[in-house]
Amino acid sequence: MPAFCTGGKLKIRRYGIGAIALVAASALALSGCASGSSTSTSASSSAVITANGSEPQNPLIPTNTNETGGGKILDSLFAGLVYYDATGKPVNDVADSITTDDAQTYTIKIKSGEKFTNGDPVTSSSFVDAWNYGANAANTQLNQSWFSIIQGFDETNPQTSLSGLKVVDDTTFTVTLTEPLSDFPLRLGYSAYYPLPKEAFDDMAAYGQNPIGNGPYKLASADAWKHNEQISLVANSDYTGGRKPVNGGVTFKFYASEDAAYADLLGGNLDILDSIPAASLANYKADLGDRAVNQPAAIFQSFTIPASLAHFGNNQEGQLRRAALSMAINRPEITKVIFQDTRTPASDFTSPVIDGWSDSLTGADVLTYNPDKAKALWAQADAISPWSGTFQIGYNSDSSHQVWVDAVSNSIKNTLGIDASGAPYPTFAEFRTAVTSGAITTAFRTGWQADYPGLYNFLQPLYATNASSNDGKYSSAEFDKILAQGASETDAAAANSDFQKAQEVLLKDLPAIPLWYANVTGGYADTVSNVQFGWNSVPLYYEVTKS
Amino acid sequence: MAGYILRRLLQAIPVLLGTTFLIYFMVFAMPGDPLLALFGDKTPSPALLESLRQQYHLDQPFIIQYFLYLGGIFHGDFGTSFSGEPVADILARTFPVTIRLAIMALIIEFVGGVLIGLVSGLRKGKLFDASALVVSLIFISLPIFVIAFVAQFIFGIQLGWARTTVSSGAPIQDLILPAFVLASITFAQIVRLTRASVIETQSLDFVRTAYGKGLSRRRIIPVHILRNSLIPVVTYAATDFGVLLVGATVTEGIFNVPGVGRTLYQAIVRGEGPTVVSFVTVMVLIYLVVNLVVDLLYGLLDPRIRYVK
Repeated sequence: MPAFCTGGKLKIRRYGIGAIALVAASALALSGCASGSSTSTSASSSAVITANGSEPQNPLIPTNTNETGGGKILDSLFAGLVYYDATGKPVNDVADSITTDDAQTYTIKIKSGEKFTNGDPVTSSSFVDAWNYGANAANTQLNQSWFSIIQGFDETNPQTSLSGLKVVDDTTFTVTLTEPLSDFPLRLGYSAYYPLPKEAFDDMAAYGQNPIGNGPYKLASADAWKHNEQISLVANSDYTGGRKPVNGGVTFKFYASEDAAYADLLGGNLDILDSIPAASLANYKADLGDRAVNQPAAIFQSFTIPASLAHFGNNQEGQLRRAALSMAINRPEITKVIFQDTRTPASDFTSPVIDGWSDSLTGADVLTYNPDKAKALWAQADAISPWSGTFQIGYNSDSSHQVWVDAVSNSIKNTLGIDASGAPYPTFAEFRTAVTSGAITTAFRTGWQADYPGLYNFLQPLYATNASSNDGKYSSAEFDKILAQGASETDAAAANSDFQKAQEVLLKDLPAIPLWYANVTGGYADTVSNVQFGWNSVPLYYEVTKS
Repeated sequence: MAGYILRRLLQAIPVLLGTTFLIYFMVFAMPGDPLLALFGDKTPSPALLESLRQQYHLDQPFIIQYFLYLGGIFHGDFGTSFSGEPVADILARTFPVTIRLAIMALIIEFVGGVLIGLVSGLRKGKLFDASALVVSLIFISLPIFVIAFVAQFIFGIQLGWARTTVSSGAPIQDLILPAFVLASITFAQIVRLTRASVIETQSLDFVRTAYGKGLSRRRIIPVHILRNSLIPVVTYAATDFGVLLVGATVTEGIFNVPGVGRTLYQAIVRGEGPTVVSFVTVMVLIYLVVNLVVDLLYGLLDPRIRYVK
């Protein structure tokens, strides 16, 4: 789910490197005592697996959950129209068919006989009512913007139903969008589009503490959500979709720090961990052996240079300076030394796990470390208007960004011979306030974690004119035009080709300097097998077997 | 005595009002918009942000927010967290866990500290005393997170004697390791304090008299020496209970204890005003009560101390 992994992650600040060194020293002394428990029993279909999680920040309502802690619980509790397989390909879940002729009006048929875990049938109204609820300004749902593409959406004035949603019969409904959007079916696996049972609307606050879904799992009991401790899910035998669990359930244990979760994994109290703490990146492969996971994820990291910065306007000088900065950064070295190869140098503006990603876009050589050319371009820009001052990159220092920001600054400083440094903000809230209010007067770190596996999700919100998360206030008529053209294609391959062309515009203008794709790092205990991480860095819990 | 207690309790009211006001002001003055942070690296629409502000009264000036909060308290309403849970429920859930942890730590440090301190004091300058000095110096100088990480690694991961973190419901057996870690901070202080006090008491006249009467060491040590040496130790330990209750943030984070410290830390990071203020208010209340109890304890332990009007 959204962007928390790139900076919003809330965690206990890390204490002392000294502690780690001491632990390492005692590890040498004590490694002889390590006891391995032998497991000889075979996989059981009733065994409950334990996985790490974090206390959901909001009530467990699909239209009001926009962070990973609540998101991975909802994905287990609910079945949407489609789900994503490990590679990010959409597969029909509740949907029987999703059809369109013009990429603007969609006819959606759902399977009949599907049930919520309270026995209520899943009908087309279950979807339409839930979406109307999420779109209604009176309900202030955090995922409200996901419905802005549907005809009749009004951001400010409360309204109970969208004119673009029409129930045809119990298993059919139509969706009319405000403009053609070829990737609409691809979006439908995102949790904002999950259905809700009738009783949810009677008392949404109570429902959010004790949600009833239609997915592969359900809450183990009425008080399954123990706040700040854990939430227990058990398999839902009524679920008929493609994510049928082979285990008895999942218990998500909530951790305030990744270090505690990692200690639990090593101590045999946790089966699956989907994020290795920074302090353990150097040794987790040795600790876990072939049970360590390190694979690309749908996370793109960059820093944005607002066009309003002096010397970085949308003109020849700005383009030269941006290209020079980009070529001055030694990405392979930083990802290797600082991130222990848990980042992959970027070659575009999306992610390698997304269908349509390419490492051979025209102009992508600007992302290659080339100190000589960087110096030459910077000198050309100086000829237009001489540079003075310090190049700074803003970041929030309550998460582990300082190391790489310093490394990038040093790389720029050493290559171009200019002053470059980080500009820390104490908290994430303060940083985001400075960025979104436009008060920030430096470049700043940006990141994007995809909500659904499509190129468009990496491009439109960040770089389209006046788009919601276009924090650098970038605007390019050419980019907007190619993007809109891609959105109106009905053929996925044609759409992706347009989105690639749109990125070639970005590679010229460089509104943000692409840095790298984050990998998902994780691991699992020897008690579980068949652990596979999905495109969105979340393990496919339903496939996991436990002995 | 009753008048004294009443006066102390009345004094607590302005202290409480003052602290809630100060804390509320500090949370309010924290730069940055906590609602923006709810959206991660994404930017919400201005209309949605505005209605969320209204929902949490964040659009009101500080003084109105404060009085809305204060008014709520008088109705038993401490506000709600962003996740929709009433703050009163969070208080009721986390304080018992931390109190349990603090009591366990207190028992460990008191029993262990007094025993070692007593033996050290009786054998001043001998090998045992010297070793106890070295060990207590080590514990005094080590930061608690080092002790916590090492204990977690050795006893949790390597030896498997204890759980690496505390499981749901925070049962007593899971809290033993964190309690030992927590106790280690002040354990050394109690050893030093008891030792000094025992040495001093031993040289007092009534102890010499007791020996002169021909009483046995088995009677003199517990009844005459220990009891009279405990006055400063007991009051120190009682104050320490307050510290343990409010100062367990680091330990709770490392052992994932679902207690006060961890929850408060998270609330501060998320900028949840009502949660932070309510927690701090309860902490201040506990501190005031503990301080009162300590002052009363003096009188009980030492008949020479009397409370006058």
